This record gives sequence, C-alpha cells and structure tokens, in this order.
Amino acid sequence: MSLIYPRESLKAHPLNASPEYKSTLKRAPAQPLILLPHTLSETTGPVFGHVAVNETDTDLTRQHAGEPLGERIIVTGRVLDEDGRPVPHTLVEIWQANAAGRYVHVRDQHPAPLDPNFTGAGRALTDAQGRYRFVTVKPGAYPWRNHHNAWRPAHIHFSLFGPSFLSRVITQMYFPGDPLFRYDPIFQSITDENARNRLVSRFDIETTEPEWALAYQFDIVLRGRNATPLEEPHDH
Amino acid sequence: MTTETKLTTETKPGLTPSQTIGPFFAYALTPRAYGGSELATEQVAAEGVAGERIRIEGTVFDGDGVPVGDAMIETWQADPQGRFHAAGNAGFTGFGRAETNTEGGFFFETVKPGALQGADGTQQAPHLSVSVFARGVLVRLATRIYFSDEPGNASDPILALVPAGRRDTLIAQRGADGVFRFDIRLQGEGETVFFEA
Ligand SMILES: [Fe+2]
Repeated sequence: MSLIYPRESLKAHPLNASPEYKSTLKRAPAQPLILLPHTLSETTGPVFGHVAVNETDTDLTRQHAGEPLGERIIVTGRVLDEDGRPVPHTLVEIWQANAAGRYVHVRDQHPAPLDPNFTGAGRALTDAQGRYRFVTVKPGAYPWRNHHNAWRPAHIHFSLFGPSFLSRVITQMYFPGDPLFRYDPIFQSITDENARNRLVSRFDIETTEPEWALAYQFDIVLRGRNATPLEEPHDH
Repeated sequence: MTTETKLTTETKPGLTPSQTIGPFFAYALTPRAYGGSELATEQVAAEGVAGERIRIEGTVFDGDGVPVGDAMIETWQADPQGRFHAAGNAGFTGFGRAETNTEGGFFFETVKPGALQGADGTQQAPHLSVSVFARGVLVRLATRIYFSDEPGNASDPILALVPAGRRDTLIAQRGADGVFRFDIRLQGEGETVFFEA
C-alpha cells in the first residue's frame, strides 16, 4: 500500500512563530518554508519494529527497586493514519516529569523533589492493531519562566516515527479539564480548537484497574493516507 | 467523488498536532549520559560498512547567533548505492540522532549516501534529510545536508527550488581535514533553508 501526504493536514500544527511562547522569538525561522516535493528521501524513514522493548520500558513504575510516588495511571491508545487505519509495529517514545513536576534532566532546576524510584522515560511498539499501553504515574504541573507565574499543564511528551520521514512527529499529551490550558502558550499555539483538543487524553473508565490504577486514552493520528482509497459500499 | 468528500469531511480523523520537544528530552531520547539505552546515535554506519566514511560537524545557532545547547538533530539517508532499507546492509540503518552539546555542537559519522531518483527521471545529488527539534521549536524543522564536493548539486531538482542566494545554507563544506562543516542557523542572517515537507 502506498501512502500520500496531503499538505492540507499540516494546518493542524502550530506555527513556529508563536510569540506568546517566548523561546520561539529567536528560534523560529523568519524566511518562508520552501515546498519540498515528496521524493524517496521523504516517503521512506527509519523503522523500529525490531527494537527490543521489554516490560520495564512500558511500565515506568517498575524501573527501580521501589515504586514511585504519585497517582498510578495506565495510558493506552491507538496510532492511526489519516484514514483511521492502524499504524502497526511503530515505535512510541515517551518522557515526563514525576508526580511532583520534576524532570530527571540535569538542567531541571525546579525545587520539587526527585523520586529515586522514577526516571520518566518509556518506549513501546504498537501491536498489529496500532495499540500501545504504558503504566506510569500522573506527572505534576511545573513552573517555567515564560511569563509571570507560568505553569505548564501536566503532560507526557510523545515521540513517534510512523512509516516515513513525513510522518515523524513529537507532541505532548495532556489531561482532561486542566485549569492551566488557557494560560499555556504551548498548548494555545495550536490555534484550531479541534486540533488542540486532540492532544487532551480521555479519562477511560474501561481501562482502569480496580484498587490499582486510573486510566487515560490518547489516540495519535500520523500523516499519511492511502493513495487509492477503497470505495465504501454503503456510499452506493 | 462522494466517497472522497466523506473521507475528507467525516471519516478522516484529524492529524495530531506537533508540540515542542522542550528542554528536558535527553534522558529519554539521547540518554547516554544517563545510562539509558540509545535508539540511535551520531554513529550512523558501523565499522566495516562499505562506502566513503565521512564526518559532519556543525553548530546550531539562534537568531542572535547564540548556540542552541538543547536541540536534537536527526538524519535519514540512503546507502552509498542510493538505496533505503537495502537487505544485507548490516550496521547501517540510515538513521542518526544526536543532541547538541552545551556549545550547540553536534556531529555525525556515516558513509556518504549515493545519488537517487527524483521526480520525472531527474537525479538527486547525495544528501541527508534532517529534522531539527528544540525548545522553542513547535514543529520539527526539516532541512537537507548536501556535500560541497558533489558536482551533481548543480542539477539537483530540490536545490533548484531554493533561491540561489540561499542554496549554500544546505551544502556542507568540506574542510582541509576532510570533515564536512554544516551549521544550522534557525533565524536571521544566513538562515538555513527549511522545508515544508
Ligand atoms: Fe515538559
């Protein structure tokens, strides 16, 4: 099956020039982007279906001797293409702050405690139906210096490859009902409300485990459509 | 026709929007200093992979010329025969990943890719496809690395789309030591050409 990558879909993305997010001011290109035809360099990409993913890669609560502090959650979802078809055996990388809102990263200066039982990095491969599943703890909100009293809404960073260079994306998953959404210029950099809300996970009672963990569902749609869509019988 | 309309307006799920990689990705994506397992590194071709071994070095700068010490660069390339995912290419996936150091520097060691087909029977000069991620970059910046010692650059169909005065920003310059130099300027004077891919 060959995929095409309509440019129309790119309107879902934020503009790099989003001045409310101060770090963009000196980092967003000023020159217009040049339209790149989709050659073999773009329609191919690295595939990681072979990458060994073990249980502790998908369960971030079991990477250390003890259990991390915080609210245990299960995060599941499907990786789909723009036709809604599953993207099987594709790599999903995630990273996040701990329950107190502190990253393991050496340059994170937020005066909240590190958790010796939590790193916050995970990796999964989607199954044949495009599904992935992580167990982790709910990350805390954290302050940053973008503007007075700026706090990031709680989020998990996601990195995906999909089938080609064109489907590569890095994004962030948020949690429903976060009061910080309206103040967050990174979330608000996505100007289309529907597109923005696609980054908000759904509380998922079906996947919760009684006496053990809450659950959130987050589907991810990567670029790519079937070049020759099948006609659906019910249309005729 | 009606099917097409339906797919576009009803059935088709919307693309997941991009967000910044942020400043704190290294312990997950480039975790060498944290003892984590690395998906890929700046070593794109293992020892013994056939082809011309090359080293590419550069620095990422912001619009004030300040080095960007929290970027991640990824590269994707054909093998020396101009093939992607060729069978039997042990030690070569074509994919590289590196974070910039505190001085904004990065490097890749690889084999030089071959020329490959462009559209309509044209031939593309050897190049790497590049993604730049960083704090303050909301959507991955896509660019290409070409090589200063390739005569095919003159007839490359992609370089031809770039205004002549900006083409040099896509061409890594080979120094006397054989190392290719490729700086990435996100904004301002000498701004690197970025593509809408
Ligand atoms: Fe973050």
